[in-house]
Amino acid sequence: MTDPSLDMSTVAPTRNQWWDVWDQFKSHRGAVIGAMFLIFITLFVVVGPWLYGVDPAKLDIRNKDMRPFYLGLFTDVKWSWTRPLGTDHLGRDIMANLMQGGKISLAVGWVAMLLALVLGTLVGVFAGFFKRLDGPLMRFTDLVLSLPLLPLLLVMMLLFRDPLRASFGPETGIFILIVTGIGITSWMHTARIVRGDILAIKEREFVLAARSIGTPPRRVIMRHLLPNVMSPIMVSATLGLATAIITESALSFLGLGFPSDFPTWGKILFDSVDRMTNFPERVIWPGLAISLTVLSVNYIGDGLRDALDPRIRGL
Amino acid sequence: MLDNPVKKPLVKVRDLKMHFPIYSGFFQRHTGNVKAVDGVSFDVFEGETLGLVGESGCGKSTCGRAVLRLYDITTGSIEIDGKEIGATPQADLRPIRPTMQMVFQDPQASLNPRMTVQSIIQEPLDEHTKLSQKEKQEKVWELMDAVGLNRRFAGRYPHAFSGGQRQRIGIARALALNPKFIVCDEPIAALDVSIQAQVVNLLEDLQEKYGLTYLFISHDLSMVRHIATRVAVMYLGKIVELAPREALYASPQHPYTEALLSAVPEPDPSLESRADRIILQGDVPSPSKPPKGCNFCTRCPKVMDICKETEPEFKEVKPGHFAACHLLDKS
Repeated sequence: MTDPSLDMSTVAPTRNQWWDVWDQFKSHRGAVIGAMFLIFITLFVVVGPWLYGVDPAKLDIRNKDMRPFYLGLFTDVKWSWTRPLGTDHLGRDIMANLMQGGKISLAVGWVAMLLALVLGTLVGVFAGFFKRLDGPLMRFTDLVLSLPLLPLLLVMMLLFRDPLRASFGPETGIFILIVTGIGITSWMHTARIVRGDILAIKEREFVLAARSIGTPPRRVIMRHLLPNVMSPIMVSATLGLATAIITESALSFLGLGFPSDFPTWGKILFDSVDRMTNFPERVIWPGLAISLTVLSVNYIGDGLRDALDPRIRGL
Repeated sequence: MLDNPVKKPLVKVRDLKMHFPIYSGFFQRHTGNVKAVDGVSFDVFEGETLGLVGESGCGKSTCGRAVLRLYDITTGSIEIDGKEIGATPQADLRPIRPTMQMVFQDPQASLNPRMTVQSIIQEPLDEHTKLSQKEKQEKVWELMDAVGLNRRFAGRYPHAFSGGQRQRIGIARALALNPKFIVCDEPIAALDVSIQAQVVNLLEDLQEKYGLTYLFISHDLSMVRHIATRVAVMYLGKIVELAPREALYASPQHPYTEALLSAVPEPDPSLESRADRIILQGDVPSPSKPPKGCNFCTRCPKVMDICKETEPEFKEVKPGHFAACHLLDKS
């Protein structure tokens, strides 16, 4: 079995596995570009407002409807270097709004996605692993899945908006409400996928081997099952982020999301739809931001999935 | 069963039954049982290898797993190293687990593809010992030496190994806690012939070195003849014959054993042409509906009327040689 040319006595210290993961991740071009874009957009919304220093809510009626600089340079329209992406119909700076809105959208997307992911994985693992819980948990999942989502969210908003606003302040209150609303209405697909995979994997012999060693169920799940269902979880995570951002936009569009003076990407987009033909840039920029964020997260998920799989990593 | 004053039994199995319920119909009612293991009794003595043979689906693997209490058995008693574990709840079995370990059939499926060799062999140590990481590392290297794996491979993943090497990883994992009793569930069935010999020799070396006791499950009769001290033959959930190796291969008492042994290929062509094969007719009956009387009565070439009525008793026909057949009653 052993190669005689290798000296048995010298054993190189095993390299940290995470370096191998990083090496594989680096070789996935899409993932690297996605990660770079995600870092850029995160810096843009977090550090951007501080560098740019323009209040996104400040009304400047005299400078309303300014066009972005790339139009102003070549055509004869109202524009200014101090308003690089122009202003809206109330004179609010679009770039500052994109930064502020992005902060909210990304926060809502990430937190809601993580919440849905944790819920879905938990339900899926319990349903798949413990036979007794399978029936009740999956029927509950079907039940939630069959509820019409938007009306449910509307009812939630109506019921809980005011108490939450009162106790956490208008912004945090709404943030909590929207994040929980999206989170608890989008975990079902993850749960189903995870349950199916757990059912298949728990019959494999290495789980039996772990049981013959005496590993308790808790650690069997953590050590053997979860790492092996990482791929589907990762895929539903990337899809979940996209859905969360878009659902938040839809809610804002219906007037149920954040208050009207509180921009998010989705809301900027919907506010500008009626004057889209005259001012396409007001739709293009937030739309582009949403799509590119979602796309980059998709690519990162793809790369991460490959990087975490030792078979693809080729070790 | 066997009163041998010199050797004491490490494992005592009495009337072990493992029935899997069948649920069918609209209301999922309990309509029957698959009697995978139906009343099996045997002893495994310290330091010996008990071979367990039989055709596919006769309950060999289920029996091995049930002995290790990987299933919650229907009835029966299992005593390992003086401790009765037949009815112990799973949670209380944990302290006894290090005494008994298992080597699995499919080396591909029995290793977690997401864990390195190091962490696979280390898992039992993590569960049952309080060694420091450095001591565990040392122990893992020792085990890898013992099964003939290069220490440099500790950081690699199972998919990078050949079948034989993977089986060695599985053996190293089973050895990690210094067990006394190892159930080898067809450890060589998934390997090609040249590797089979290596793995079997490794198992023998380890038995000598660590004083292990094996329950060696296999359908390969020549391999069992090579490794086993005593051999038990199973048919449809029951042991039909149990005897020391030489006695069983020289003078099989049960018609099923005769038929099974006559199927072993003969390497010498001149003898091969003269070998008279006993060819059994029909299929193994379903373990959910075993026939009345003797389980083998549907296919037995020497079937008698009594076989279809009463179940033969499993008794000692010669010293140390047990069989269950009505043919042996008359003499």
